[in-house]
Amino acid sequence: MAFLSNLVNGISLGSIYAMIALGYTMVYGIAKMLNFAHGDVIMVGAYLAFCAAQYWGMPPLVALLIAMVACTVLGMTIEKLAYAPLRQATSLAVLITAIGMSYLLQNTALLIWGANPKVFPDLIGLDSLQLFGGELVIKGATLVTIAANIVIMVVLTLFINRTRMGKAMRCVSEDRGAAELMGINVNRTISATFAIGSCLAAVAGFLLCSSYPMLQPTTGSMPGIKAFTAAVFGGIGSIPGAMIGGILLGVIEILGKAYVSTELGDAIVFAVLIIVLLVRPTGLLGKVQREKV
Amino acid sequence: MTETMQNAPQPMLSVQDIHVYYGAIHAIKGISLEVYPDEIVTLIGANGAGKSTTLNTIAGLLKPKSGNVLFEGKPIAGLGASRIVPAGLSLCPEGRRVFQQMTVRENLEMGGYTRKPAEIEASLADMFQRFPRLKEREKQIAGTLSGGEQQMLAMARALMSRPRLLMLDEPSMGLAPILVDQIFGIIKELHQAGTTILLVEQNAQMALSVADRAYVLETGKITMSGDARDLMHNDNVRKAYLGS
Repeated sequence: MAFLSNLVNGISLGSIYAMIALGYTMVYGIAKMLNFAHGDVIMVGAYLAFCAAQYWGMPPLVALLIAMVACTVLGMTIEKLAYAPLRQATSLAVLITAIGMSYLLQNTALLIWGANPKVFPDLIGLDSLQLFGGELVIKGATLVTIAANIVIMVVLTLFINRTRMGKAMRCVSEDRGAAELMGINVNRTISATFAIGSCLAAVAGFLLCSSYPMLQPTTGSMPGIKAFTAAVFGGIGSIPGAMIGGILLGVIEILGKAYVSTELGDAIVFAVLIIVLLVRPTGLLGKVQREKV
Repeated sequence: MTETMQNAPQPMLSVQDIHVYYGAIHAIKGISLEVYPDEIVTLIGANGAGKSTTLNTIAGLLKPKSGNVLFEGKPIAGLGASRIVPAGLSLCPEGRRVFQQMTVRENLEMGGYTRKPAEIEASLADMFQRFPRLKEREKQIAGTLSGGEQQMLAMARALMSRPRLLMLDEPSMGLAPILVDQIFGIIKELHQAGTTILLVEQNAQMALSVADRAYVLETGKITMSGDARDLMHNDNVRKAYLGS
């Protein structure tokens, strides 16, 4: 039973990683850049949901919606102001800018909300699920996280495969020049990608803090790095890869902490990443790059 | 006076003294050319002469540093492809560049990206009629098609936006001679169906045989232009591009 409980918790944590990893992988696939400020958007989303619920007395769902809308706007603004002017620049310049943006967000949060951790309230308010006569207890937040992740994956898959904008994203991801020749507005497509990624980051922030209720300006960085790892693990640029990579990473982390060593949990996660990349440099579902003639 | 002005044939496409740079490299050094309605015009020249750069600039992928591009009288230079395609001008790029991971049908649908769903359906039916091979391969992933099929797909995809002017960049590149004949047959058919064509080719012989007029490009400049048949018999052209 303990194993099952750990597994469920691992899937739940992994679901959060997957939501964040989707933002990394979509932005990488379409804009060909690593947005290292992505983790900090999670933190901003969590703070906004916290403020909306705690200070402004909004119901939890409204608090979540406020965070989602605000993060969507934030993501698009970051792209427009910081990354779009660097479209022709070297990838190193863009990477440094993203790291700078990450620090800017963290320090702005520090300025606004201070360094003291806030205790995130229980906004989900769902009773724990008791199974097998109380032997297996699954927390409400855990259930909601897993359910939310399933919904997000289904909706996103449909969006990418069925809608006009989703197909445009696949085109830009595969061949930006050819996509332009179809009449696709590449700038708008990239902007939409940031919007989706940042909106998911807000959801992830809300759910992360519902399960691990300590909120401070650096809250987003570790999950951000792990989700980036998950995206690479699954094959960066691949949406199913981010989903699978995220969930696997969460499960490995929780099981590692439970059965190997609590202190080494994170080390195990990154060790697995290194091993996977040694065997499959493009990640689990990554495309093997063919040399173009 | 105004009467004769209106009756004089207006060029469909008018490129006026464009200069294009890749960073510090001056790739196009003042090119001017015209394409009149219902013509096939070809641009021939050696590798690196600037043929593709010229087409990419007209299509809106590159911005000229100076000079004008007028399409049906309206300036389009620097507008970007997302506004040039709906205006009625499309480019079938060098190397085909079909979306390898999408199906044949999806590729065609993307070609009609700027149009309404009902119009896309109508054009799809047209394309499947013109290219029966693509109909057979409708659900196949484009990356698995043969080179000739990919070229047909790329051309059909470019036609999905219903261009009045179709630009083709090296449509015969890398194809077996029998397929080259087939592709040029399709170009003639498209032209007969009323599409104006600007063709870039390394296969000068083939290009000159289908074209009405031609321009010869050398290191970013036009060195010769005129009736395609005249150029085919011009000694300099024969020596440099026709291998005799």
